[in-house]
Amino acid sequence: MEETKLYTISAFSENNVGVLNQVTIIFTRRCINIESISASATAIPGVYKITVVAKSTLSAMEKVVKQIEKRIEIIKAFLHTDDEIIYQEVALYKVPTDKMLHESHLEGIIRHHNARILEITPDYTILEKTGHVDETEALFAELRRYGILQFVRSGRAAVTKHPVEFVTNYLEQQAKIHPEWKKFVDGL
Amino acid sequence: MSEKINGAEALVRSIIAEQTDTIFGYPGGAIMPVYDKLYDHTDELRHILVRHEQGATHAAQGYARVTGKAGVVVVTSGPAATNVITGLSDALMDSTPLVVITGQVASSLLGTDAFQETDVVGIVHPVTKWAVQVRRAQDIPLAVARAFYIARNGRPGPVVLDIAKDAQTGEMEWEEYRPCTYIRSYLPRPEVGTAEIAEAARLINHAERPMILSGHGVMIAEAEPELTALAEKAEIPVATTLLGISTIPTAHPLNMGMLGMHGNIGPNYNTNRADLIIAIGMRFDDRVTSSLEHYAPQAKIIHIDIDAAEFNKNVKAQLTIHGDAKDVLQALLPKINSARHQQWVETFADCYKVELEKVINPEVNPAEGMMKMGEVVDRVARAFGEKAVGVTDVGQNQMFGARYFRHSEPKSFLSSGGLGTMGFGLPGAIGAKIGAPERQVVLFVGDGGFQMTIQELGVIMEYGVAVKIVLLNNNFLGNVRQWQQLFFKGRFSATPMVNPDFVEICKAYGIKAENVADRSELAGAIDRMVSSEGAYLLNVNIDPEDMIFPMIPLGGAVDTMMVNADTLFSF
Ligand SMILES: Cc1cc2nc3c(=O)[nH]c(=O)nc-3n(C[C@H](O)[C@H](O)[C@H](O)COP(=O)(O)OP(=O)(O)OC[C@H]3O[C@@H](n4cnc5c(N)ncnc54)[C@H](O)[C@@H]3O)c2cc1C
Ligand SMILES: Cc1ncc(C[n+]2csc(CCOP(=O)(O)OP(=O)(O)O)c2C)c(N)n1
Repeated sequence: MEETKLYTISAFSENNVGVLNQVTIIFTRRCINIESISASATAIPGVYKITVVAKSTLSAMEKVVKQIEKRIEIIKAFLHTDDEIIYQEVALYKVPTDKMLHESHLEGIIRHHNARILEITPDYTILEKTGHVDETEALFAELRRYGILQFVRSGRAAVTKHPVEFVTNYLEQQAKIHPEWKKFVDGL
Repeated sequence: MSEKINGAEALVRSIIAEQTDTIFGYPGGAIMPVYDKLYDHTDELRHILVRHEQGATHAAQGYARVTGKAGVVVVTSGPAATNVITGLSDALMDSTPLVVITGQVASSLLGTDAFQETDVVGIVHPVTKWAVQVRRAQDIPLAVARAFYIARNGRPGPVVLDIAKDAQTGEMEWEEYRPCTYIRSYLPRPEVGTAEIAEAARLINHAERPMILSGHGVMIAEAEPELTALAEKAEIPVATTLLGISTIPTAHPLNMGMLGMHGNIGPNYNTNRADLIIAIGMRFDDRVTSSLEHYAPQAKIIHIDIDAAEFNKNVKAQLTIHGDAKDVLQALLPKINSARHQQWVETFADCYKVELEKVINPEVNPAEGMMKMGEVVDRVARAFGEKAVGVTDVGQNQMFGARYFRHSEPKSFLSSGGLGTMGFGLPGAIGAKIGAPERQVVLFVGDGGFQMTIQELGVIMEYGVAVKIVLLNNNFLGNVRQWQQLFFKGRFSATPMVNPDFVEICKAYGIKAENVADRSELAGAIDRMVSSEGAYLLNVNIDPEDMIFPMIPLGGAVDTMMVNADTLFSF
């Protein structure tokens, strides 16, 4: 049996309605559970990036990436292991203020976990922690005894360590070969 | 010079500007503005009114596959749009270019469960190459241009334009139509790598037991001459997939027949003996490979395909060449040394000898008893002088059609391969005849599949489409019956069928038809069908116990073939 592990896929796309749907159904069809997903603008005007984290085998994920890249609006898609990227996730924790203050560990916890206080009201305190899953979970474990009212963690924001910017280079090269490219995207 | 027109008119003009002469469709509320404009352009654009929207998609597929052009379908919203899903899915599987236009409710009503609103783009994404909703009249020409570009280029496939009613009625400035020639996120025709070509040539020039697997991609690329040239230059046996049939003439000495579950013995047996497999425009479907674990253990594999997602998907290749089959073969040919592989080629003949004796002769030349499907297909194919386009439905009729139909020209065989859609045959044949009116088109269809789209006989009647129909009538869902016979202890659950009088049905549609109850009537009936100016149906009484062999049982190795219900192939 081939080993399963966490992979990050980044897909660069045109900003069209429905691209995210086209990406997610590729996972659905193969019954691969998406651990997290995020979509955002990039440094390239008009180009969006979808980042999906999922657990599967290398061969399955390689096929998934090809299927993603095959969609018309996807410019490029890449498969990364964790050591090829720098990534972070943001976690927010809402805890009851009275219990937190009562035990007066708050400051220690914050310093120890390198977290931030976003808001304190008489009812609740909101903490923020940016990091990897093990880090945000460690804070979660610590806060649990105060009773966590709400917890949420974002998808990955990931950038590659690779010295070459493939997408930028590709688009620059394409713009040189096809200076008229914009004519074909107006309006749609 | 620009001029103010509405979106519907812009749509019709754009479709015409894409060199379309025929569209298949069905009107309704959300597409009425377009139908109103079609009424002004009947000289340039022929509309074929099908009897069910599924039929429109299959007819457009038939049209596309014989012409190499995109098939165009126009339907309304809601139930009409859901009726085209089967055809879209079929066209995606079988790499067929379709541009399907669906009407949609007005954009202000989107998402409100308005009358006949369905989330068309949401539903069709998994079964289309591309789909987009158009909400403004001025976007229509660009959307049409992109749709045709995407449908036709690279690996062809179906696209959907879902056009809101207010985009059809809204005004826009019409300027000269500009076809799409480029999409920056989609480069459909990759440059062929010179290193890969050199490596492929090296592998081919060193091979002792090479074999070509020719698929549908060869037909799509119109690379039949290059395929034959390569095969002849280095004396390489060629086997085709179901959809690759007619990429090399039946009678060509290097055409060793069909691969796969019901293919010929030589190609399957020798797949596991070849030292080099050159797969061109085929996707190693599981009906071709059977058990992957036991597939081609001795062979290096060169995989040539225009879709990189096909590489190493099912079968691991030593060398992949990303490109159009014609481009690749043209680059490759000058680098190939003339060679002879006589001994290797003869091993195919040895296999054929066994197949002829154990499978083909009993099927095609039975001494007595009821008529057999293979026998009928063989006689029909010969009567057409190997010149007709053969179309099949799905089931035994399809496999017998594939095995015993004979052809000498490219683009002469079409069938629903990947999806296996019963009901494809009749509308598919109608579309093929409309696309190639100068050719004879003959359909082989079972009594089950015929009744899935039988209403399209109305199209034959109304437009005088001269398709020749051979109804291989065994009063059973034959293919399922065969499996029940072989693997479910002969328990014929829901496979016997009580059928209507098909000749009377044809009569009601004004289509000439006759019953062929006995072998003695067959030759005469075929002659009358072949020479008929108009459409003609033969309702042929087939032995229900007839089974399609050889057969690789599910999960078996590709060289383990049953030659009849209780014997495996051996020399
Ligand atoms: C009842 C039943 C039984 C069947 N039994 C068999 C059987 O015994 N044997 C068999 O072979 N099939 C059989 N099939 C059909 C099978 O399921 C597949 O549809 C078929 O094998 C696919 O053939 P293909 O790969 O050539 O074509 P496609 O599926 O159409 O694939 C075409 C390939 O060519 C590529 N391509 C497209 N354009 C180009 C281009 N310009 N240049 C290069 N490449 C290009 C595409 O990317 C794709 O990879 C059966 C189907 C049914 C319903
Ligand atoms: C739409 C659809 N439904 C069901 C099937 C499953 N199926 C495959 S072959 C077959 C039997 C076909 O019977 P018939 O049309 O009479 O043709 P025959 O096999 O007898 O030639 C069935 C039911 C299918 N392929 N397509």
